[in-house]
Amino acid sequence: MDFARSTVLVCGGTGCTSSGSQKVLKEFETQIAAKGLEKEVKVVQTGCFGLCALGPVVIVYPEGAFYSTVQPEDVEEIVSEHLLKGRVVTRLLYDETVQENSVKSLNETNFYKKQMRIALRNCGVINPENIDEYIALDGYRALGKVLTEMSPEDVIEEIKKSGLRGRGGGGFPTGIKWMLAAKSPNVIGKYVCCNADEGDPGAFMDRSVLEGDPHAVIEAMAIAAYAINAEQGYIYIRAEYPIAVKRLQIAIDQAREYGLLGNNIFGTDFCFDLEIRLGAGAFVCGEETALMTSIEGKRGEPRPRPPFPAVKGLWEKPTLLNNVETYANIPQIILNGADWFTSIGTEKSKGTKVFALGGKINNTGLVEVPMGTTLREIIEEIGGGIPNGKKFKAAQTGGPSGGCIPASLMDVPIDYDSLIQIGSMMGSGGLIVMDEDNCMVDIAKFFLEFTVDESCGKCTPCRIGTKRMLEILERITQGKGTLEDLDKLEALAYNIKESALCGLGQTAPNPVLSTLRYFRDEYEAHVIDKKCPAGVCKALVSYSIVADKCKGCSLCARQCPANAISGEIKSPFTIDQDKCIKCGACIEKCKFGAIIVQ
Amino acid sequence: MKSLAELEAIRNKMQNQVGMRKDDDAMTRVVVGMATCGIAAGARPVLTALVEEIGKRNLAHVSVTQTGCIGMCKLEPIVEVTVPGQEKVTYVKMTAEKALKVVSEHIVNGRVCAEYTVGAEQE
Repeated sequence: MDFARSTVLVCGGTGCTSSGSQKVLKEFETQIAAKGLEKEVKVVQTGCFGLCALGPVVIVYPEGAFYSTVQPEDVEEIVSEHLLKGRVVTRLLYDETVQENSVKSLNETNFYKKQMRIALRNCGVINPENIDEYIALDGYRALGKVLTEMSPEDVIEEIKKSGLRGRGGGGFPTGIKWMLAAKSPNVIGKYVCCNADEGDPGAFMDRSVLEGDPHAVIEAMAIAAYAINAEQGYIYIRAEYPIAVKRLQIAIDQAREYGLLGNNIFGTDFCFDLEIRLGAGAFVCGEETALMTSIEGKRGEPRPRPPFPAVKGLWEKPTLLNNVETYANIPQIILNGADWFTSIGTEKSKGTKVFALGGKINNTGLVEVPMGTTLREIIEEIGGGIPNGKKFKAAQTGGPSGGCIPASLMDVPIDYDSLIQIGSMMGSGGLIVMDEDNCMVDIAKFFLEFTVDESCGKCTPCRIGTKRMLEILERITQGKGTLEDLDKLEALAYNIKESALCGLGQTAPNPVLSTLRYFRDEYEAHVIDKKCPAGVCKALVSYSIVADKCKGCSLCARQCPANAISGEIKSPFTIDQDKCIKCGACIEKCKFGAIIVQ
Repeated sequence: MKSLAELEAIRNKMQNQVGMRKDDDAMTRVVVGMATCGIAAGARPVLTALVEEIGKRNLAHVSVTQTGCIGMCKLEPIVEVTVPGQEKVTYVKMTAEKALKVVSEHIVNGRVCAEYTVGAEQE
């Protein structure tokens, strides 16, 4: 292909796609053709840049101009001003990159400055549907190096030395996992699997890696297969990720065409092929034994361990199972060496971690930081703080298996061990930020509702225990809880932790335990005072109008869907408590701050 | 894919397409004045010639951008070439033919085409 003097990168991640990046992409193609620039300007669809809150995102190189929330109507201006005349369209630039007379590099903005991208290195840089672009940025060189210069033992030794730990949540040392799988004899077949069944609410790291850089995972799985002597691999991915599935399939097809999957790769004896298996949306299938049962075509239920998958996994054959993000680190470790990797991160947690920032935070999106970065740095600097001047209350990590980190622990360095110590866990990397308007009892209830819904029902502690816990929480949020309920809740939680069959059940009580630990006062306010301090639990709050502040404009009354507000124009209105459904619509409309929640 | 050499060949071929996506100080920058004055004086064929020649020669370390009016409208089309670590060179009254020579002499062989520079013009 010809040399293009300018490249327009349009984000095609799920976040930007849902804010309309496909239309923007089409419009760029149309406008560029209309101006006759198609030979000198290239338009490329990439994976996620990370700043999903500002989507659709477009970057124009060589200037590196970062345009945010680009609408199809804006495209004509960018093409005629920037691409034709060379004048950057300042009004569309991401605020933080604007400086006098020039464009500030994206890497100097607060969002990117503290980030370090290893797993996400190609996301937002290459076209994920073009294997050549991946190869241009050193793609498949690690596989080539492994096959021609290293023995399987060397590979495992290197991964062990790197200190890489499983990014799916557990944090088990990856090198040891590979060693155990390699040691199991290959009687008739061994398998390499990839867990892309990312089910935690608020987590989208794996999706973004697969959407932005699918070849990295394919390459890493081939390396793993060589290391443990396997010939077949499976990627188990949720059907709810259509873009990721599509790009992954394109990537697999391209790799096959180039002979990077198949027989005698790089002219060696090594043969490896890969297939996709779609999950049907069951959270439990992210648990390793349930995942393999599901690949086998059976109902996705976990089974007791041992035997571990490394000994008896898929179709009872030795199986290696790693998470997407774990794999995405492998080629870089092989290329740059274990010593490079160990220089990043903390003593026991090496490398970086990708987090999906969500909830009450300005820069919703995807970030990758060295292990040991503090929560404060992630939320206040990279994340841009809490919107609307509200105060940070807690961050939830690890989804339904994790816990809440309160504001007092914001300076704890984030790595596997410190998070466990403070009663949370790394989890897969979902990070949900909560402000003073969130009720912690309600949050615990939300996560428990999720686990009750997703429990597969095979073991009693999880099936019945979590249901009982949820009932207690419901009582508390309705103002019918007692102090004994809190003790019962705690006792039940510890029982479930000890007796549930799989990881899902064993960790299900974590959100309750961690909120009880750090926000017991909120539970007690619900139980003793029958109040919800954050004003969330409907049964415990009432809306009223402060007569002194009410101007009698009737705006609230017109907004009320239940016709609960009445009064005479220009004199204070009142709310009928029997009719009020506590929806909060009136508060949003009142211009005088006259409506309060108690 | 039967050998590492094949992989390397694809990698090299692709360099000029992804090279510019890095924040890289080692790039040679070619800037073409494309304000009204530049365009009227014929900057467009100059830009096209530069882009085609750089593509043909597979020069991955070179970026071509446009800029606005530099102020010397009577000397347009103007092309500035900045090789890292060296002074910026300003070429004036450019044509497509001159542009090809700048690519081969200055950018590839490192010999500034003194006869096209603003200094030569003003003597």
